[in-house]
Amino acid sequence: MTDTTSSPQGVSPGGASGDPIRRPVFVGPHLARRYARERRFRLLGLASVATAGVILLILLGSIVSKGYSAFWQHEVDLDITFSAEELNPDGGPVERETLLRANYLDMVRDALKREFPDAADDRRERRMLYGLVSPNADLALRNMVLEDPSLIGTTQTVAIKMSDDMDTFAKGFIDRDLPEGDRRVKDREISWHDHLEAEGRVHAAFNVDFFTTGDSREPEEAGIYGALIGSILTLTVTLLVSFPIGVMAAAYLEEFAPKNRFTDLIEVNINNLAAVPSIVFGLLGLAVFLNFFGLPRSAPLAGGLVLALMTLPTIIIASRSALKAVPPSIREAALGLGASRLQVVTHHVLPLAMPGILTGTIIGMAQALGETAPLLMIGMVAFIVDVPQSFTDPATVLPVQVYIWADSPERAFVEKTSAAIMVLLGFLVLMNAVAVLLRKRFERRW
Amino acid sequence: MQTFIVVLALLGFAAVGYTMGRARAVMTAGGMPKDLHSLPSYYGSYTAIWIGLPSLILLAIWLIVQPYVIDGVVMGGLPAGMTEGLSPSEYGLLLNDIRNTATGNISARAGEPAIAEAATQLKSLSQTSFILMVIAAFGVGAGGLAFARNRISPDLRARNTVEKVINVVLIISSLIAILTTVGIVLSLLFESFIFFTKVPFYEFLFGLNWSPQTALRSDQVGSSGAFGAIPLFVGTLLITFIAMIVAAPIGLMSAIYMAEYADPRFRAFAKPMLEVLAGIPTVVYGFFAALTVAPFFRNAGESIGLDVSSESALAAGVVMGIMIIPFVSSLSDDVINAVPQSLRDGSYGLGATKSETIRSVIVPAALPGIVGALLLAVSRAIGETMIVVMAAGLAANLTVNPLEAVTTVTVQIVTLLVGDQEFDSAKTLSAFALGLVLFFITLALNVIALSVVRKYREKYD
Repeated sequence: MTDTTSSPQGVSPGGASGDPIRRPVFVGPHLARRYARERRFRLLGLASVATAGVILLILLGSIVSKGYSAFWQHEVDLDITFSAEELNPDGGPVERETLLRANYLDMVRDALKREFPDAADDRRERRMLYGLVSPNADLALRNMVLEDPSLIGTTQTVAIKMSDDMDTFAKGFIDRDLPEGDRRVKDREISWHDHLEAEGRVHAAFNVDFFTTGDSREPEEAGIYGALIGSILTLTVTLLVSFPIGVMAAAYLEEFAPKNRFTDLIEVNINNLAAVPSIVFGLLGLAVFLNFFGLPRSAPLAGGLVLALMTLPTIIIASRSALKAVPPSIREAALGLGASRLQVVTHHVLPLAMPGILTGTIIGMAQALGETAPLLMIGMVAFIVDVPQSFTDPATVLPVQVYIWADSPERAFVEKTSAAIMVLLGFLVLMNAVAVLLRKRFERRW
Repeated sequence: MQTFIVVLALLGFAAVGYTMGRARAVMTAGGMPKDLHSLPSYYGSYTAIWIGLPSLILLAIWLIVQPYVIDGVVMGGLPAGMTEGLSPSEYGLLLNDIRNTATGNISARAGEPAIAEAATQLKSLSQTSFILMVIAAFGVGAGGLAFARNRISPDLRARNTVEKVINVVLIISSLIAILTTVGIVLSLLFESFIFFTKVPFYEFLFGLNWSPQTALRSDQVGSSGAFGAIPLFVGTLLITFIAMIVAAPIGLMSAIYMAEYADPRFRAFAKPMLEVLAGIPTVVYGFFAALTVAPFFRNAGESIGLDVSSESALAAGVVMGIMIIPFVSSLSDDVINAVPQSLRDGSYGLGATKSETIRSVIVPAALPGIVGALLLAVSRAIGETMIVVMAAGLAANLTVNPLEAVTTVTVQIVTLLVGDQEFDSAKTLSAFALGLVLFFITLALNVIALSVVRKYREKYD
């Protein structure tokens, strides 16, 4: 220990091996190992964060790469003859009733047969030929004629939606080099498709119907509009119920409640409710709202109430911390000017805490928007074509629509599912962005 | 919808009452609001409360009682032969037929004259009752208005009354949380109790066979129903275990890196990224698991000669682990940040490197909190539904092989309750028994985790 004077760290005489500068013995060769271990540990941490990031990218990437193609739909231009015999058999003034009942599918089929006369003889081939276009193609024609009866008797070039398999093929997702038995689209269909394409009749159009129609068994007809409206109706109920109750409960617990065992019990309760699995809330909704109170099944009303109970803890906890952040000096000043305790809260504390409360509420709503399991329990998983009009109509919501489509066997539903997920994520990003903006712009720090 | 309009109309009435009460108060004070005990608006609110509260309470009671009375009258009016000796469920069926006929829906027995007659009676009774209800509600409201108007004088302590009412409303709102818990426990206990009268308790908890198909007829074969939940518990634990193997190290190491190493710029980028991972709906994870991860594991298994089920526990567990990573990391991040700086400084002062400090000082100091975070994560994984519904199997295999398909408690609850239900079959009721088990297990885990975390916090505060 005599050498301590020569170096502040304490150097021992025999420690270093041929090194001109003598190193302290207790670090010696260990130090490099310790630093290496330090670097490894740090790298491990970085790798963990990076893993999470990479997984997120893979997740989003796989959704986008599967779903982007759903936003357009291939159509084929066919020369449709709006036959006067079918639409206006007696030659008099056009009757709406006749137009509604007319067989438009035959007009599409006639157009296809004219295009490919050689396929018209064999029954099986004919069926295959008709399968090129969507089985619901007649509805579009009917609407055209209803809108403009002067079309009757003329021949028009109309863009008809292709069926889901042909659409998938036209998008290039079915490999034509596979043996015929291994793919959904047969050689014959491919030759027709190539023929139509060579004539310039096949083209892709933006899939407007995806955003304007309800669910359908035919992937090319299915849209998310119904689920979107269902989500909006459900979330409206959730917001109307959970926001006032949540804010009032938070205000009571934070501003008025005496500190006793009872309020402690409420607090513990709220914290536990926040961690109860969502499916248990579904069971509660099924047993209480549907079986006991007799609310309609599958309705946004029942779904919204269940989600409201689920979001309540989130809103209460967020509102309480927002209220807690308001400094006591504000309360004392208001009390000193003669305001009652309720006036202090409603006139001063609540307005100041509002940005924080709203941020918490939006985040709670975003959670509710993505929630699926409890809604399955109360029957919102039904196949519903119509767009819901009121809180008691049968409806489904966006995440449940994702679940329903993910369960469907058709290949074309995979892209629909991914597209629906993209829309759902879009709404979530939007809501969270609003929440962040609110927090950044209005939140005050005292 | 009609009721909704009535409620709106009553609220409108209360709003009118508000302005009337306010004007009345100013008038009684001879146009000098300063002579009033409270601000004029409190007299308005006082009047509005007297109109709205009694009439809305009446409305609620009416709506609850009305169906029982009307149903009783209608069923009483049916020929005696139709209602005698019916079981409760048959009685309900008959009532349903009458209701459907009345609303014009398709009903099995619409043709029968007695049913048609009862339906007309039901319809006319409902209409009469609705009109009576509206009249009564508005009558009570008008009475409240008259009473409040009479009471209003400069000496009336309107503010105190209004604040008392508001205080009661606030207390009621904070009781909703307790009511929800009570509702959950009661509804689960009630249905489970009926289930346990059909299936013995020990058979449910310790049975090794789960096949909830019950026979419709007694002579049917192979569907007597077995309700041993052990395979479900094992499946749930297996998937949870896999999830924790993924989530615990990654989440913990991310938290350590973010709390101890990362500079603010990196944090500002990485924290929102983890939050995005946390904000993705579970149904999206389910889709990802079923369509991307499961086939990947299957192909990877095939290429090395392993037989991986396409609904393997591995895929569901790994994706569930991914979902839980942000949960573990944000909770542990908080816990690690709560370790006092003095402990770190002491360790550095003794010459320890950063990683040595983390391993031998910070993690041991934060251990209770980390354990709490992991317990919360486990409870999350056990209760998670959509990922396993979409990616795990339905068959209740009793196995711990992660490459095989297993089923979980939540999957079974969903499959048992989606679709048609009869509430007297053991099959449907067993879902509630499973829900009860799920509720108590997650509750216990949460209580333990929260108390561990709290105790730890007290140590450093």
